Formats: sequence, structure tokens, C-alpha cells
Amino acid sequence: MAGPMKMRATLAGGNTEVRVLMTHPMTTAQSGQPLHFIQNVTVKLNGRAVIEAEVSQAVSRNPVFSFRLKGGAKGDKIEVAWLDNKGESNKIETAVA
Amino acid sequence: MNRLRRTLLGALAALLAKPLAALATWNESAFGAKTPQDALKGLGAANPTASKEIVIDAPQIAENGAVVPIEIASNLPGTSSIAVVLEKNPFPLAAKFEFKEGALPYVKLNVKMAETSDVRVVVAAAGGRYYSATREIKVTIGGCGG
Repeated sequence: MAGPMKMRATLAGGNTEVRVLMTHPMTTAQSGQPLHFIQNVTVKLNGRAVIEAEVSQAVSRNPVFSFRLKGGAKGDKIEVAWLDNKGESNKIETAVA
Repeated sequence: MNRLRRTLLGALAALLAKPLAALATWNESAFGAKTPQDALKGLGAANPTASKEIVIDAPQIAENGAVVPIEIASNLPGTSSIAVVLEKNPFPLAAKFEFKEGALPYVKLNVKMAETSDVRVVVAAAGGRYYSATREIKVTIGGCGG
């Protein structure tokens, strides 16, 4: 089952490092189970989309992504959202620490 | 009149219920491709130029094909997207990341690999030109059954 997310956003070397974990089975066509995988991931900085990703069933179960944003300041709002092939979705928001 | 109103309200409710789904795009022809060549065509990047400005950091040998970490950074000016193609997977295109103003052309992710294969990274850079770099990852146990 698709479940909770975790995210950490920190300043490192003058930029913002975002690490996000998604709980999702990411089942493949080869697994014998129904195909169920995340297709879209969006990263927003203070409400504006900065990264838009399309992904396939080849991304590992419980996906973990790291992204880097230019500059940044403590308190900046980072939001990451996903949408899967069954129309299920989830998102998480955190402030840069 | 009431029926029309109901129909319109129903359509409106359906639109509001799935705002994310309505906006999201997923490149069916590229992700459905069964060869790396067709995946590149689906991305509009049929003949990318080889580049050393694309840095791929990944293990030489992955014991578990279900979780292979790959870290990618592009030093090409004007990089707007990074795509990851696992050449011997049944569906080679694994992911495509678009970077807008404010994002650095960098990503780290975990992928499943069916067998030992080249990983090809395709970058769209300034002027809409495509570049690529490859790196071989040896896989001891394939990971597509998950």
C-alpha cells in the first residue's frame, strides 16, 4: 500500500539539499502483481514548481530521491508530491532547516 | 434545466476532484518503449552527442538489482532535463527529471536493474541539444520481480 512520506531539506554548501522518501510498492509488470507505480513527482519551492519528474516502474520500491536547489534560506517551504498510475497521490511539506 | 445543471455540476466536481491528475503528463511512448533506441526517440533525443560533462556516480557492481543507487550531475550549461535509460531493462526508460529556474541539474535515485547493463544518461542542454554519457553497472541478482 502507498503510505507516508518523509523529507529533509537542509542548507549545504550554499545550496539546499532535499532528500525525500515515499512509501510505495512500485510493482512491475514482471512481478505477477498488478502494475502499480508512481508516475509523476513534483518539487515545489515556496509554491512554485522547480522540478517535475516522470518515473517508471523501474524506480525501486519505497522510492528515495535527492535533489538540489540553488541557494535557499532557512524557512523556505519545500513541497514534494507524487501521483501514481492508479490516481493515488500524496505530498509532504517541510521548511528548510 | 435541472438535468443540465446536474450534468454541469457533475463535470465540474470531476474536474475539481483530480486537479493533479489533469495537470500531470507521462510520456507513454517513451516509457512504453522496449528498446533504448525507441526510448530515446520517444524523448525526442534520437542521436545525443557524447559528453564528459555528465557525471554518473554508481556502484561498479550491484549485488542487489532491486536497489541500485545512481547519482547524476550535469555540468552542461543550460541543462533543462536529465533522463535515465537502463539499456537492458524490459522498459529501458526509468525516469526523466525537468529542472526549472531555481533547481540544480542534479538527482540521486534508486532503480531496479534486470541484468548487467549500461546506464545511459541523456541531458537536454542549451539550445535544446541532447547529450549523453554511459556507465556500466554489473548486476549479480536481477531486480525486476519486485
